[in-house]
Amino acid sequence: MKHADQSKPRSPRRREVLAGAAAGTAAMLIPPVASAASDAGAAQASIYPARAFAQTSEAAALQAMFGKTPAHSSEVRMSAPDIAENGAVVPVAVDANLPDVTTIAIMAIDNPFTMAAAYKIPAGTSTAISSRIKLAKTTKVVTVVESAGKLYSTSKQVKVTLGGCG
Amino acid sequence: MKFAYLALALLVMTPGALASNKPDPASDLKAFQGYFLKRFPKIPLAAYVNGPYDFSKSERAQWKQIMEFPPYQFALDHGRKLFEAKFPNGKSYAACFPHGGIGIAQNYPMFDPKTGRVVTLGIAVNRCRVANGLGKLKLTTGPMADILAYMTDTSRGKTIDVTVPDNPKALAAYQAGKQYFYSRRGQLNFSCASCHVQAAGMHLRGNVLAPALGITASFPLYRSKWGNMGTLVRRFIGCNKKVRSVPDKPDSAAYRDLAYFLTSMSDGLPIAGPGARP
Amino acid sequence: MAHQILVHAMAAGGSTTVEALVKHPMDSGFVKDKAGKLIPPHYIEVIEFTHNGKVVLTGFWGPAVSKNPFIKFAFKGGKSGDSIGVSWVDNKGETASTTAKIM
Repeated sequence: MKHADQSKPRSPRRREVLAGAAAGTAAMLIPPVASAASDAGAAQASIYPARAFAQTSEAAALQAMFGKTPAHSSEVRMSAPDIAENGAVVPVAVDANLPDVTTIAIMAIDNPFTMAAAYKIPAGTSTAISSRIKLAKTTKVVTVVESAGKLYSTSKQVKVTLGGCG
Repeated sequence: MKFAYLALALLVMTPGALASNKPDPASDLKAFQGYFLKRFPKIPLAAYVNGPYDFSKSERAQWKQIMEFPPYQFALDHGRKLFEAKFPNGKSYAACFPHGGIGIAQNYPMFDPKTGRVVTLGIAVNRCRVANGLGKLKLTTGPMADILAYMTDTSRGKTIDVTVPDNPKALAAYQAGKQYFYSRRGQLNFSCASCHVQAAGMHLRGNVLAPALGITASFPLYRSKWGNMGTLVRRFIGCNKKVRSVPDKPDSAAYRDLAYFLTSMSDGLPIAGPGARP
Repeated sequence: MAHQILVHAMAAGGSTTVEALVKHPMDSGFVKDKAGKLIPPHYIEVIEFTHNGKVVLTGFWGPAVSKNPFIKFAFKGGKSGDSIGVSWVDNKGETASTTAKIM
């Protein structure tokens, strides 16, 4: 373990890459930089798999998202803490050593809604994705990968405890 | 056993004060830092600014992932904008501080000989606002935390240097802060030291208790539990409530003095704020 | 509150790594406010990343994605100066977008 690093965040210079301006509702507040909106693309609400995100069990969420069930595979990898520092911010990193991956889904089995996040992976995009999710309580977290039309999964139990520090 | 050891350590800490009745911040500093260095020989002095993260590999790993893109980044950007904005009279915060307010956070809290009181960086920001015809900001969160995040970021890595001058009022403020730190309070009858000296590095339910040494260095910070930024004084209020004691006012002498004592005990450590904690 | 999206995009070794931090409350609908009233759900449903106009990642998010979401991913190709676009739409129909240049 290295002790010397005091958690230095990235150099500020790198951070300055950010941002044209915001569009949409924010446009009233901030004038958008010319053409920023058109370059940025526009996410479409219509493609949202709302039914999959409304399910409250693993089986129902899988059925709604994929219409099939996965086989366990050690080629699907997930890194998540054994004990979450805070259930509201649990870092989860997924990866898959599988060909033609088209979708990766992350489910928190004992959350009010099972499906936490899902990603469409176009050709050329890596299967390694890191994000942060909320866990309502101690739960199994499952990562499902769709590879060449078949489903593979792995899971891990993440413990969520109450913090003591108010 | 640990408690006995600690009681001994606390006794050893105060002989100077007992002998002359005059507060002796320099010997306190040596004893305070020496206590932690002896108890946790594997953790070097500067690493104490990492708070709980040298005590748990798993928490450290999660923190590292959070710090990849720190959650206080929005506050930092906002704080910079606020700090650089002109007041209605055309002046700005920079004019109120040495070096234009850049890279000075390591010298706060500071004793102000004119008023005979301790001034935290937040209180100095509010003084600046009042001097320029603006209202005070809340000292706990919101825009104040954002401004402090920016100012502290410009001090990142600089050595904390809160030297208590040989002035009776400064020494009295220091002593009052020390007294506060070691006094038990609230229904649960805990002192600051109960958790952050005696139980430092141990678990309180799911959290690892941060050692008092270096604890101020990461403020203001983004706490996942809060979902936003908070200042040191916000944390004081939270800790007081947690032991079921009535918190003091954010700009009270009690909290100024506590911040003064506590920060001075981290003299020589680097500023590591703004930070992120669970 | 203005919507904000912070983006870092770095090209190295033939691929580009993108990290983004998106300002959004991501209210789950299960949390009460100080007055004891449930805060209605408010979360990003779809987020899309493009590289020079071509989609490189589509994310579907539910209320279980953390407040001020963070995401990191990588794609093959991309070079310094190329444009990375990010856009999202949430369950209330609010949208935001931004562009950044690959470092």
